[in-house]
Amino acid sequence: MITEALILSAILFVVGTFGVLVRRNAIIMFLCIELQLNAVNLAFVALSRLVGIDGQVFVFFVMTVAAAEAAVGLAIIISIFRHYESVDVNNFNLLKW
Amino acid sequence: MTIFSTLLTSVVQEGHGGGGGDFVPFLPGLVVLLPLLGFVINGFLALRHARRSADAVRAGGELDLGGPGERPATHTLPSLVGPGVMLLAFLVTLVNFVRMLGSELHEPMVVHYWTWIDTGAFHVSAALQLDQLSMVMMMVVTGVGFLIHVFSVGYMKDDPGYPRYFAYLNLFVFFMLVLVMGSSYPLMFVGWEGVGLCSYLLIGYWFSDREKADAGKKAFIVNRIGDFGFLVAMFFLFVTFGTLDFVPVFHDAPDALVYGGGLATAISLFFLLGATGKSAQIPLYVWLPDAMAGPTPVSALIHAATMVTAGVYMVARSSTLFALSPVGSATVAGIGVLTALFAATIALKQNDIKKVLAYSTVSQLGYMFLGVGVGAYAAGVFHLMTHAFFKALLFLGSGAVIHSMHHALHHTHNHADPQDMRNMGGLRKYMPITWTVMWLATLAIAGIWPFAGFFSKDEIIWQTAAFGGAEHAPFPGLYTAYWVIALAAAMLTAFYMTRLMVMTFHGSNRTGSAEEKHLHEAPAVMWVPLAVLAVLSTFGGWINVPEAIRESFLGGFGVLPMTEWLHHWLEPVTATAHHIQETNLGELSHYAPFGGGEVAWAVISTVMALVIVVAASRVLVRGEVKPAAEDAEPTGFGKVLYNKWYVDELYDRTVVQPLLRLSRFCWKWIDAFLIDGAVNAAGLVARGMGWAGSLFQTGNLNTYAFFFSLAALVILGVVVF
Amino acid sequence: MVDILFYVFAAVAIGSAFGVVLARTPVGSLLFMVSTLASVAATYVLLEAHFLAAIQIIVYAGAIMVLFLFVIMLLNLGHEYRRDLKAPLAMIPAFAVVGAMAGFIARVFRATDVGAGMMTEAGRGIDAALLEHGAVGAIAQPLFTDYIVHFEVTGILLLVAIVGALALAKRSV
Repeated sequence: MITEALILSAILFVVGTFGVLVRRNAIIMFLCIELQLNAVNLAFVALSRLVGIDGQVFVFFVMTVAAAEAAVGLAIIISIFRHYESVDVNNFNLLKW
Repeated sequence: MTIFSTLLTSVVQEGHGGGGGDFVPFLPGLVVLLPLLGFVINGFLALRHARRSADAVRAGGELDLGGPGERPATHTLPSLVGPGVMLLAFLVTLVNFVRMLGSELHEPMVVHYWTWIDTGAFHVSAALQLDQLSMVMMMVVTGVGFLIHVFSVGYMKDDPGYPRYFAYLNLFVFFMLVLVMGSSYPLMFVGWEGVGLCSYLLIGYWFSDREKADAGKKAFIVNRIGDFGFLVAMFFLFVTFGTLDFVPVFHDAPDALVYGGGLATAISLFFLLGATGKSAQIPLYVWLPDAMAGPTPVSALIHAATMVTAGVYMVARSSTLFALSPVGSATVAGIGVLTALFAATIALKQNDIKKVLAYSTVSQLGYMFLGVGVGAYAAGVFHLMTHAFFKALLFLGSGAVIHSMHHALHHTHNHADPQDMRNMGGLRKYMPITWTVMWLATLAIAGIWPFAGFFSKDEIIWQTAAFGGAEHAPFPGLYTAYWVIALAAAMLTAFYMTRLMVMTFHGSNRTGSAEEKHLHEAPAVMWVPLAVLAVLSTFGGWINVPEAIRESFLGGFGVLPMTEWLHHWLEPVTATAHHIQETNLGELSHYAPFGGGEVAWAVISTVMALVIVVAASRVLVRGEVKPAAEDAEPTGFGKVLYNKWYVDELYDRTVVQPLLRLSRFCWKWIDAFLIDGAVNAAGLVARGMGWAGSLFQTGNLNTYAFFFSLAALVILGVVVF
Repeated sequence: MVDILFYVFAAVAIGSAFGVVLARTPVGSLLFMVSTLASVAATYVLLEAHFLAAIQIIVYAGAIMVLFLFVIMLLNLGHEYRRDLKAPLAMIPAFAVVGAMAGFIARVFRATDVGAGMMTEAGRGIDAALLEHGAVGAIAQPLFTDYIVHFEVTGILLLVAIVGALALAKRSV
């Protein structure tokens, strides 16, 4: 079942990556990133059956970081939205120079 | 006064106490340091003076230097310091000289001060070498230098740059003393370059005149060519000996170098190239006549008495190396004798009084080279010394004449050339003292018994004949030719010097009736040094008279106080060279190529010179000379001589213009096109790459995510495969 | 039985994941995301990680997703029915990257037989710990001993994130 869990993790990760690449809504891109994180978490949990409880501890940390990231990221999205009245990443392309 | 008496006692005690004991040097560093101190003080005064003048000009006026004829206040201190340090340096030198006289010094005394360069195998100490040769040079440099400093006080009286002038002059003496006292080639080179620098500064002393500034540059640049030779010779020496100190190099040279070998020849020829630059010999003599743009005392000190003889000193110092190379020595003598003749022919047709003396200097330096080239190192140094006396006298005398002419012309605002002899004539009436001393110097340089030049020049000519006739002389025919040319050049010398004297002092005055009234004799501060030099020019030759001449009627059958002192004095320095010469050449000849002994030829040459002087003065006095403004251009061969054989033009065509074209090519094509093009192209490539890179920077988050994933993919790929 | 449950939850997770990516509205994506998280939590249970499953539901699906929902509601994005996918042509590189990624991962699984041995020493250790300390205790044991520094640092990180989020989202700074 560990192999199957890893395959599931890979599929979820690839789907998440695809989402990040093709969606333009910043919040949905964010959700897709969470999906990638979850895929990694699943891989950790699956491998903890082979390596030890440490894997699960890492999942705990990843979740914490994800929570922090969500808080800060969403705050950024809110302030961007205030400025542009939009969350479509095509509308803010100042990330150059 | 007490200091002086203490000093005197110490001299006497040290000098004679040992009774031929060890030589104890007396503060030799002070000799070098005193002129440097003078330079520092005068330099400071010059800077202060320049700042005040600049402030005055900025305020819309001019710095008040006091009324005409009045000595400005800014000139007081330099007048004391400049000649003062020279007098002190001369006294210290004298003390050392007396001590050296009273001791038996066979090995050079090297006074070590500190280590200057200490890198790997290369060590150079800041050390002074005191031996017989450097002592002679020190005496000449400080003694004649002091007299010229005193003369300058009068000559430069009205010059606004007075303190700067003395600063440069003191600095020159400092470097000259480093040159002659340094104990190694690098130290000599320091002095060598330093005197070159001071020469440049003093030739271009009136730098607001474009022509004079250019003359300074010419001297500097031509000297660079010679310096290249000096440097290459030093490199050869270092590779061969591993050191550049005089003592070990000359000690090892006879063993390390093969007589007549390629290395010895290469070293001596490169040293010769250096010497031709500094001592104005063919082919690098062209800078010296132009160097007359400087103040006349400078011409006397630097371009006649001291700096230009540095090449002769260097060859004499390196006598061991030159003795080991017969080809090198023959080249030295050949260049010397050719220069002597060539410059003498040019001097025949020059009208500028200083130009005549300049070519005369080049010619006399040629004699010195001939002397050191035929192994007569003592004779070369002897002629260097007597030449320093009479040529300094001639230059200072011409300075007095120019000074007087300048004042006369200045009074009536006449713009005629005060240096052109065609504008002079009949000055004897106005300047009797100058006239007298300059005739003495002329007789000396013409080689007429019993003046100094007779003994020194005749010694050289005789040694040429003797060397050519030696048992195993390397190129006997060549030396015979040298001897004939040297005699011919001596005759020319007698002629052009008589012409100079006649045009300047005899005949009718051509300055102009209004100007004539203002001609005057030089002040005492100027003629006293002339008188001292006149005494030296007259009797200075008596210190080196060979026994044969001394016993003949030329020496008053041994009654006159003549000695062969200098020859014996220099023996410790030239001993190695003479030993090499004796081993390889055998006995020197006692007869000239066409028969006749030393005395006979001495009589012949002095009689010939005398005949020429007398005949020329008779003929030339009668000849009509027109003032410069009315004089016609010379024609025929005279024109060639007047234009100095067109050597400057030749150099311009063959060296300067091609070099300019090459420089232009390098500038336009290599620098502006190739190098700048390459640099600009590099910039354009970087800019293009930046532009291409900026295409990736869209500002769109998805694009960045895409590239991010791509990079992650690459890393993943590396992990997988 | 366990295998069948796993496959059911895996199918739900994958389907919901596609839903997240393809949903027309942000709220739709969000709800699909909750479904995915729940399914993954179920697989955690099947992999004997009971505590993490609970956390997944409570923290992720409960707290973080609600935060997302709040933001969507706050920004009033619920009425956006136009799909915001990129143009089909622009998706080609995305497909290429994702395809290559999938290919690489498949290659890794084929080359190594990861997870072939079902129960290892480590797995048995986890089971023993679960029996001894309970689901919470099993993970608390290493968390508060070996990883105590990391734990504290993570606490600081959360504090920083709170301050940062406040500073960023405040209307006027």
